[in-house]
Amino acid sequence: MAQLLFFYFGGVIVGTATLVVTLRNPIYSAISLLVTFFHVAGLFVLLNAEFIAAVQVLVYAGAILVLYLFVVMLLNLRREERYHRQSLVGALLGVVLLSELALIVSRSTFQSAIGPFTPAALHAVGNTEAVGRALFTTYLLPFEVASLILLVAMIGAIVLAKRVVQT
Amino acid sequence: MVPLSYYLTLSAVLFVIGVVGVLIRKNIIIILLSIELMLNAANINFVAFSHYLQDITGQVFVFFVMTVAAAEVAVGLAIIIALYRNRSTINVEDISLMKW
Repeated sequence: MAQLLFFYFGGVIVGTATLVVTLRNPIYSAISLLVTFFHVAGLFVLLNAEFIAAVQVLVYAGAILVLYLFVVMLLNLRREERYHRQSLVGALLGVVLLSELALIVSRSTFQSAIGPFTPAALHAVGNTEAVGRALFTTYLLPFEVASLILLVAMIGAIVLAKRVVQT
Repeated sequence: MVPLSYYLTLSAVLFVIGVVGVLIRKNIIIILLSIELMLNAANINFVAFSHYLQDITGQVFVFFVMTVAAAEVAVGLAIIIALYRNRSTINVEDISLMKW
């Protein structure tokens, strides 16, 4: 059952990701990216990461994609040719990179489970609580830095996108 | 039970699709969307290792990756809007002022 679900999610992810790269209209690309994000969230649920799956739907599908659609519609682009003239070299590089990654994945052996968070232990505590405990104890400083990054990004976006007032 | 290498392969395929998207498309918005695909490939790797090594740290780092992705999108789209206002194009072949 888990295998079947994995192949469903994986197939849809690869298919819609290919559509994102190949479709002509940016709005259709954004919509297929939305489908990709939902299926990645499904993959996270399959991996017992419910909190991350919820955040994926809220942040990626809810906030980021809406921002993209907003900008695409704001710019109101006319149709133009899709591919860069270096596209052949790019596709070739992609094939090379994929074969390298396949070689790495097929040749490497992975360490067996070491941590204390077995699925049973996670189920007893709750995934969200476990992530929250790690976030607010071990990773408290990175968490605060993340909030600073968001503040800087917000100010930067306002400064960059505002129209310069002529005086 | 799905083996770990299946997840790694899927994530590698997704990452390569993102790389090819960055390399072959002209529209700068699609290039940013392809960067999102690559970030998602990294997130799948993080969560898969977190599950199979039974360590919660991977999920914490996915949280940070999402924060950085949100910041990147906000600033990137603001740059695109400023660019379109000044040059009235978002075709990367026309934006070559700093190209050697």
